[in-house]
Amino acid sequence: MSAIEYQGPSFKLEDLWTDRRWRAISIQILALAGLFAFLAFIVNNTINNLSLLGVETGYGFLAEPSNYDINQTLIEYDSRSSHFRAAIVGLLNTGVVAIAGIIAATILGFTVGVLRLSGNWLISRIMYCYVEFTRNVPLLLQILLWYGIVVHSLPRPKNALEPLSGIFLSNRGFSVPAPVAEPAAWAIFIAFVIAIAAAIGFGQYAKRVQEATGKIYPVISIGLGLIVVLPVLTYFLSGQPISLDWPALRGFNFAGGMTVTPEFVALWFALSIYTASFISEIVRAGIQSVSHGQTEAAYSLGIKPSWTMRLVILPQALRVILPPLISQYLNLTKNSSLAIAVGYMDVVATIGGISLNQTGRALECMSIVLATYLTISLVISTIMNWYNKRVALVER
Amino acid sequence: MKVLSGLIAAAAVAGVATAASAGTLDDIKAKGFVQCGVSTGVAGFAFTDDKGNWQGFDPAVCQAVGAAIFGDPSKVKYTPTTGKTRFEALKSGEIDMLARNTTWTLSRDADLKLTFVGINYYDGQGFMVPKALGVKSAKELGGASVCIQTGTTTELNLAEYFRTNNMKYEPVPIETNAEGRQNYLAGRCDVYTTDASGLAATRGTFENPADHVLLPEIISKEPLGPLVRHGDDQWADIVRWTLNVLITAEELGVTAANADKMSTSSANPEVKRMLGTEGNTGEMLGLRPDWGLQALKAGGNYGEIFERFIGSKTPIGLERGLNAQWVNGGLIYSPPIR
Amino acid sequence: MTDTTETFAPGTHPDLPPPLGSRGIVKWMRENLFSSATNTVLTLLGAYLIYLAVPAFLDWFILDAVFDAGSRNECWERAGGACWSVVVVRFDQLMYGFYPEELRWRVDLAFLLLFVALAPVLFDKVPGRRYLAIFSIVYPVIAFFLLWGGMGLEPVESAKFGGFMLTVLIGVSGIIASLPLGIVLALGRRSELIVLRVVCICFIEFIRGVPLITLLFIASTLLNYFLPPGSNFDLLLRVLIMVTLFAAAYLAEVIRGGLQAIPKGQFEAAMSMGMSYWKMMGLIVLPQAMKISIPGIVNTFIGLYKDTTLVVIIGLLDPLGLSQSILADSKWQGLSTEIYIFIAIFFFLSCFSMSRYSIYLENKLHRGHKR
Repeated sequence: MSAIEYQGPSFKLEDLWTDRRWRAISIQILALAGLFAFLAFIVNNTINNLSLLGVETGYGFLAEPSNYDINQTLIEYDSRSSHFRAAIVGLLNTGVVAIAGIIAATILGFTVGVLRLSGNWLISRIMYCYVEFTRNVPLLLQILLWYGIVVHSLPRPKNALEPLSGIFLSNRGFSVPAPVAEPAAWAIFIAFVIAIAAAIGFGQYAKRVQEATGKIYPVISIGLGLIVVLPVLTYFLSGQPISLDWPALRGFNFAGGMTVTPEFVALWFALSIYTASFISEIVRAGIQSVSHGQTEAAYSLGIKPSWTMRLVILPQALRVILPPLISQYLNLTKNSSLAIAVGYMDVVATIGGISLNQTGRALECMSIVLATYLTISLVISTIMNWYNKRVALVER
Repeated sequence: MKVLSGLIAAAAVAGVATAASAGTLDDIKAKGFVQCGVSTGVAGFAFTDDKGNWQGFDPAVCQAVGAAIFGDPSKVKYTPTTGKTRFEALKSGEIDMLARNTTWTLSRDADLKLTFVGINYYDGQGFMVPKALGVKSAKELGGASVCIQTGTTTELNLAEYFRTNNMKYEPVPIETNAEGRQNYLAGRCDVYTTDASGLAATRGTFENPADHVLLPEIISKEPLGPLVRHGDDQWADIVRWTLNVLITAEELGVTAANADKMSTSSANPEVKRMLGTEGNTGEMLGLRPDWGLQALKAGGNYGEIFERFIGSKTPIGLERGLNAQWVNGGLIYSPPIR
Repeated sequence: MTDTTETFAPGTHPDLPPPLGSRGIVKWMRENLFSSATNTVLTLLGAYLIYLAVPAFLDWFILDAVFDAGSRNECWERAGGACWSVVVVRFDQLMYGFYPEELRWRVDLAFLLLFVALAPVLFDKVPGRRYLAIFSIVYPVIAFFLLWGGMGLEPVESAKFGGFMLTVLIGVSGIIASLPLGIVLALGRRSELIVLRVVCICFIEFIRGVPLITLLFIASTLLNYFLPPGSNFDLLLRVLIMVTLFAAAYLAEVIRGGLQAIPKGQFEAAMSMGMSYWKMMGLIVLPQAMKISIPGIVNTFIGLYKDTTLVVIIGLLDPLGLSQSILADSKWQGLSTEIYIFIAIFFFLSCFSMSRYSIYLENKLHRGHKR
């Protein structure tokens, strides 16, 4: 064996830059130093500026009374409540419009996505036009357009439209009957929870049976049946503890019942219609991504078309659909911050708007708003990544 | 973590060292113009003409300040601010002064660290409703939808008024006067509330102003005036005394037209002090000697500005009322210039 | 009767045309509109919808519309349709904002030159492409002087910029500036250097986690807290920076997707050839990754372009901002639908053509792989 002459680890200064391993470290140290210098610069300036202005900082103001009113409050709130409570009210309002938007956008988006693939030329053309028109026009514009339509085109409360008895449409919003729960109503709630649990349990059982024997139970219809029948039965058994409160015009506005404001309606419509056009494209791409051979293979095994869709195509398509679908949900939630354009009181408008202005705590209020959205995004994307890892096809 | 807090501490030390920066006046002289925050548009008080230049009762103060410093009222740049952005703009140094119907309150002085240099309009919050509603008093407004500009004192007054009178209402938050006007006319709200002057100004732009009434209740005191941020008293003095010159000039009968003549021919020493032909008021403030004369010639005295933009002969049609000179029974009063 | 009958030997009869039901428009309608009971119902429903919506919309949109009235009331007295007069009267303002009237030719020129500069980038069959490409590189400088003035041109301050001019300005500069930044961020995120990677991940996730309007709000009000006392720079510039950062973070994720799709073998082959990191990325990996990412990149650009409307919330006078001031004019108040639809048409045209272009580009680049 001819010995290779071994040279000891001699370190030269230029190795910091020319040697691959050393270079990696020196680049990182430089980057870190640059980052800290930048942060120090920002912090330094902020402290300077704040001391120049003599502004006090701190989150103490959150406990003080907010002194302003909010028109849509899901929890008890009045102008004596604290700024913190106002922030919670805003956060809940963001949540409500986001959830309502997500539900509507999903239903609409899936429908449009499937219809666009339909063999019906006219329908798929109409859907194509809908998708292209809505996704190529800025969302803010659509929100304003809907708001304009609701406020300018609908009649005033006195001449409100009444498409169904007890439902009123006016430029003060949509008033619908609201359920009023009496004490015994908790029984219905419990029945509802039990029904859901039973439905899930049945689903698990059916899956085991199917895996063992191939026998397929109608899980969806039985599950839905349970969830509907059980609470309805309890409702009658417990003596109808839920009554409806009907809206009626009293004075300036509708009183009683439940009124959703025009701001909510405009935001909700615009968000769901806009997001639905993106969802429909995702759905379409997902279904198209499943190769036609899968369908043919299923048919040749004698599986009937509706089952082919449910058992073969959809599970594979969902793998493609879900990640972008969830990021659309995230987008919708973030886009709900455009509420500010029509005066819907979401978290940006309450703590990041009125509270900020009345107290002058700009840094604090904006940091709360940013933290709120970051938390929502990070939680959802963590879940999404976990799911992605679970369903990803394992390759090399 | 330790590293970071060490850095912050170091930054804080460095901060004290560099805190003494140049004064606002030097900055303004260096950049060549006054940056003035105004509202996004209230008829008569602040609006853009066809060429996009800002005009009105509030920008007139800025023009006077610009003229006092540079001898040229056009050396002013404007930043339109909403009720929401105005204080941040001022505090962060984006604008040098704010002349935008802003109410002087204790918390804005002490907590937001702003200095109100005077009052150029005594106002109060009122309500406007369509005549067809048949409402005669604000006490009948229980259950109404009320359009309200967010981030203003009127928002707080409104909440307080309805609470103390045990009435419920639906607040409809809006950002700008234009938006409020649209919502009110479309019937999104039954009532529009803001300063009575703003209501009159808005009503003046309606097609049928007579279809709308202002309710008799005035629920608050709203002294409006220009303001600067804390920390530069020299700059505050300049804005304060420019405003006082405009007010004093009306009291002494000096107008834009006769100012040049009065500066030499007047027998009244206060007129001469004000217009810079006697004494050294300009030097005391760090301005040119004829600063008062220039400020006055920019847009005329207080009365002239009032009549030109919002007075009884304009579509806004506001009476002097509380805003008459003290000698005529109003509250407009300037300390002596000496 | 019989004399018209021709006789053919078996197998020599010429082909008869297919029956009426299986050719031409009838066949097409059968297959595409009435293939099943569900489809028939859907078709009828669709046709009914079109019958309801289209004539009414056309009436409002063009047939009963008024173009030359002096005020809203005049419009409404003359016809019941849309009152486009407001757009006609305020057209210049919607286009240029408050840009001085006598200098607007500079905006027009900059806009025209934009297409000259874009041509060699977008299409490869442009005559004299090489010389035009040089022009494309210097175009931003030319456009800057044309719009802001300087070099002998009368300066115009950016506060006077407005209308669609502002939309295009923010959109185009954001697009140009965010692409390189997005690539760097994507490479950083995939880097083996842990510090760089963590910094890039934090930056990307922060930007993507918050709504753009909060960033714009920071740019417009809070930024001054973070800068040395007394410093102040143009609001438009601050907005441009924020929009660029925002788009870059989204682009980085799109490009990362492209990078991940490149098989490991490509990296390994490049490294075994002795290529340096930058050569490997620049010559082997990025060209392939960018090609895959084109649809996503164009979608991000379209998103950025649409997001320019948000600047109205911090007080820049884009078309939406101008529409607020137009609607505040008592002559035109209440005509929000007309103005919004006009703006919507503008955005639709520009975004739709961008997405068409991306489809064209995809087809062009995938030519070799089509089977």
